[in-house]
Amino acid sequence: MTTADLHTLTGAYALHALEPGERAEFERHLAVCPACAQEVRELAATAARLAQAVAVRPPPALKQRVLRRIATERQEPPRVAPLPRSGGGAGRGRALSRFSLAACLAAAVTFGGIAVWQHQEAQDARRRAQETHQRAEELATVLAAPDAEVVTGKLTGGASGTVVVSRGRNRAAFIASGMPKPPAGKVYQLWYDDGGTMRPAGLMDPSAGSDTVLLAGRVGSASGMGITVEPSGGSPRPTSEPVALMNFPAA
Amino acid sequence: MKEAVYIGGPAPVGPDLPELLGRVAKGDQDAFARVYDRVCGPVLGLVRSVLRDPAQSEEVAQEVLLEVWRSAARYERARGSVMTWVLTLAHRRAVDRVRSAQASSDREHRAALLERTPAFDEVTEEVEAGLEREQVRRCLRTLTELQHQSVTLAYYQGLAYREVAELLAVPLGTVKTRLRDGLIRLRDCLGVEA
Ligand SMILES: [Zn+2]
Repeated sequence: MTTADLHTLTGAYALHALEPGERAEFERHLAVCPACAQEVRELAATAARLAQAVAVRPPPALKQRVLRRIATERQEPPRVAPLPRSGGGAGRGRALSRFSLAACLAAAVTFGGIAVWQHQEAQDARRRAQETHQRAEELATVLAAPDAEVVTGKLTGGASGTVVVSRGRNRAAFIASGMPKPPAGKVYQLWYDDGGTMRPAGLMDPSAGSDTVLLAGRVGSASGMGITVEPSGGSPRPTSEPVALMNFPAA
Repeated sequence: MKEAVYIGGPAPVGPDLPELLGRVAKGDQDAFARVYDRVCGPVLGLVRSVLRDPAQSEEVAQEVLLEVWRSAARYERARGSVMTWVLTLAHRRAVDRVRSAQASSDREHRAALLERTPAFDEVTEEVEAGLEREQVRRCLRTLTELQHQSVTLAYYQGLAYREVAELLAVPLGTVKTRLRDGLIRLRDCLGVEA
């Protein structure tokens, strides 16, 4: 399918009317076409209005059933919190020990490179990460990328942060150290810095143990990253002064 | 960002949906009950319009709401409103369910679908009156016949665009573009922002 054809699929995609192969092809296109991504957001919001026009009054028993179920239903960590946390029950595989991975990351940063990942301990940690969580796998590939570059900077309040950028994989990860919990109802939001324009790159919640996160989206031509404190759920654009701004190593 | 209008009752006061969902992500069951009250009517109505069968629809609506509970932490405000996020999940699940059912009883199903056309008026018979519904109906009337049929068959009945093309006996490319320009016209008529 040509790119011009792909641009016309926003409506069919927003209505889940594509077949699986086309859907996958269009999603690859969405990742690199901001115009289509914006149009899909708008058309999905339009479709949601069609749903609201056929709202019904749900039977009270449904609410009772759902509320009973959630009392025992496990919740997932944020998408941008790639490290599976330990302390869970059965059924999710072995959780990666945050201590061993943190130790590896600290060592990696100290040595100014990622070669330490070749150590047995790191390999074990990485293997377990891959088994338990695909996000962790993506993170591991960024951290282990041959072209990964590391920058460490001071954040406000005595915390420090380390950015790992792989231009080859077009992805970046952020490792926080000593970041305080955000205020109640707030989250840390990560941003790519596209020449002064901030592009959303996911959320981070240190209280949920996600002190290492894969930035959402591609590095693209970003020259650096920033972190702000935003209301729960994040914001389309920064609404507060950044707690950190870090430049990526020159491409 | 504009949150969607509540249907079937007075607008709720208190924390907005993103704030409630932030609490849900931290395991707050009371906050979840409030999110439930805001989204369940549209979720169930949408699922029912696609699946028809009331028992199956409740089952899928329940799956959707449990998914909201499980994955609340994955909601990102930058990608759209909470209502859109939830209803996108709901439509996806309803469509998956109807297509897996269709694979087994393809022929009868298609014949039945043709008789169900058009979906919108039929579906809204069982719906409580609401300003929102009136506005949506008014905007749907601004579409061309082909746009209207393509959008409602795909959305309210969960058809893939190939099936829409077959039912309406028009080329595939035509349906693709009608789905897009039909939704764009609706977006502009409803004043949707994202
Ligand atoms: Zn495009």
